[in-house]
Amino acid sequence: MKPLTVTGLRSFPRRRQTLPGFSLSLGLTLLWTGLLVLLPLTALLLRPWQHGLGPMIHALHDVRMYAALRVSFICAFLAVLIDLPIGLLLAWTLVRYRPPGHRAIDALIDLPFAIPTAVTGIALATLYGPGGWIGAPAGKLGLKLAFSPAGIVIALTFIGLPFIVRSVEPVLRSFPKDVEEAAFLLGASGWQRFCRILLPALAPPLLSGAGLAFARGIGEYGSVIFIAGNQPFHSEVAPLLIVMRLQEFNYDGATSIALILLVTALLCLVAVSHLRRSVSSGLVREDGA
Amino acid sequence: MISQSSRITPVILTLLSYSIIGLLIVLPVALILHEALRQGLHTALETLKDPEARSAIRLTACVTAIVTVINTAGGIAAAWTLTKYDFRGARFLVSLIELPISVSPVIAGLVWLLLFGRLGWWGNWLGHHGLHIAFAVPGIVLATLFVTFPYVARTLMPYMEQQGRAAEEAAFLLGAGFWKTLIHVTLPDAGWALLSGILLTTARAMGEFGAVAVISGHIPGVTETMPLHIETLYNGYQSVAAFAMAALLVLVAMTTVLIRMFLERSFRK
Repeated sequence: MKPLTVTGLRSFPRRRQTLPGFSLSLGLTLLWTGLLVLLPLTALLLRPWQHGLGPMIHALHDVRMYAALRVSFICAFLAVLIDLPIGLLLAWTLVRYRPPGHRAIDALIDLPFAIPTAVTGIALATLYGPGGWIGAPAGKLGLKLAFSPAGIVIALTFIGLPFIVRSVEPVLRSFPKDVEEAAFLLGASGWQRFCRILLPALAPPLLSGAGLAFARGIGEYGSVIFIAGNQPFHSEVAPLLIVMRLQEFNYDGATSIALILLVTALLCLVAVSHLRRSVSSGLVREDGA
Repeated sequence: MISQSSRITPVILTLLSYSIIGLLIVLPVALILHEALRQGLHTALETLKDPEARSAIRLTACVTAIVTVINTAGGIAAAWTLTKYDFRGARFLVSLIELPISVSPVIAGLVWLLLFGRLGWWGNWLGHHGLHIAFAVPGIVLATLFVTFPYVARTLMPYMEQQGRAAEEAAFLLGAGFWKTLIHVTLPDAGWALLSGILLTTARAMGEFGAVAVISGHIPGVTETMPLHIETLYNGYQSVAAFAMAALLVLVAMTTVLIRMFLERSFRK
């Protein structure tokens, strides 16, 4: 998303608006945002300190929590590592080759984002499960995909793919042709052109896609729980542990996990928006989201 | 033009792309339809007529309608405010509006429990006065509102930003008021972006699982939405019924993607 223009405000702190209705529409916006986003998030931020530091420190001494966070972070990271080359390949094929059916591919790439997570969950669990189309042959080879951390990685790979493709695609599309042509005329091979010229330009969008996919991955619940197996210390993800803690009425435990997840996701987003800004001032201009 | 040093590379990469899409995305969708139709279309449709299934469909439709209306109204107000006026703190407001996208769905349910749950700040007090939010329909609506919060504003903002303010200023000078300007000048022009945002909100609201799972209490026939009912059916080994309902949601999701692509193609300048 393009940053909105607020230039010139500092010199005119109470500049008169040219259009009427400013206070009405700002009021509506603040009411809507305040009640539905600010209020609940304030509760999340304040709740842990409500009974003093004791319960919070107690909640932070939970080994099962650290195990669940480790599973979530490692699996989300591995999924992003798998998604990066795949996403780059898909974006490349879509932009550069436009093969027959590229429109269908284009539509299909958005599906992981559009299909409800629970539906993804039961589909992947069945597909990669012991009797599934992929799970059965893999089982004969001695690979256990579903009901293990591998299953979590599979689900998060599925979920994260659109983020990589959609952030690389616009940059690849607007990459100036003449730079590559110059390299070609100077005798660079196809592989050299890709590694030395395209990859450095594509690194920021790849990283920002990776950041978005990772932030989404660590919080993912519906698509993961059916395929994960959910064994504590082994294949239990952090969002699931939040649900378990809530069922035990352990709000402190649930809130501390939630805060760690939220802060991590926000750090990813800050990094991503930083990257976006540095990209738009560089060689390649990325158009909005 | 750069002549391809090798003619074979594009073919290999294209085939690779086809197989990745096939394996990663087409196969799971095909499996859903296959499992749903395992005992024929008639049986699949029959499972959707089960009283609990119907109540889940009804609840999902109802929650989706409420959520879409509220978030569309709020989204229009936010997009208008942020693109048609200059004010301090606009950047911060944009980040705040986009925040829910990056919050885990489970956390989106948890925050409402902290306010309205039995151990929450106001849950007990409201409960004494006969108002139940957690483990009831209002909680489901709140959780879904949070999860689908940014989509309308996010889709509208880049487009309204591009529109500029000239048309609105002209309308105002010609004597149109705030509402007239919004309804007759701004929105008709941004109509497709608005529709695209509404569709995205609807699709996400229908399919929300994690946030609703935390706050709904999972009472079959009362607080079970379609995705929650899919979980119940799946865990109860009622595979055909689970996948029939899943197929229904997938068809809606696919339709949404197609309509949004069509809108983007036809109207984006």
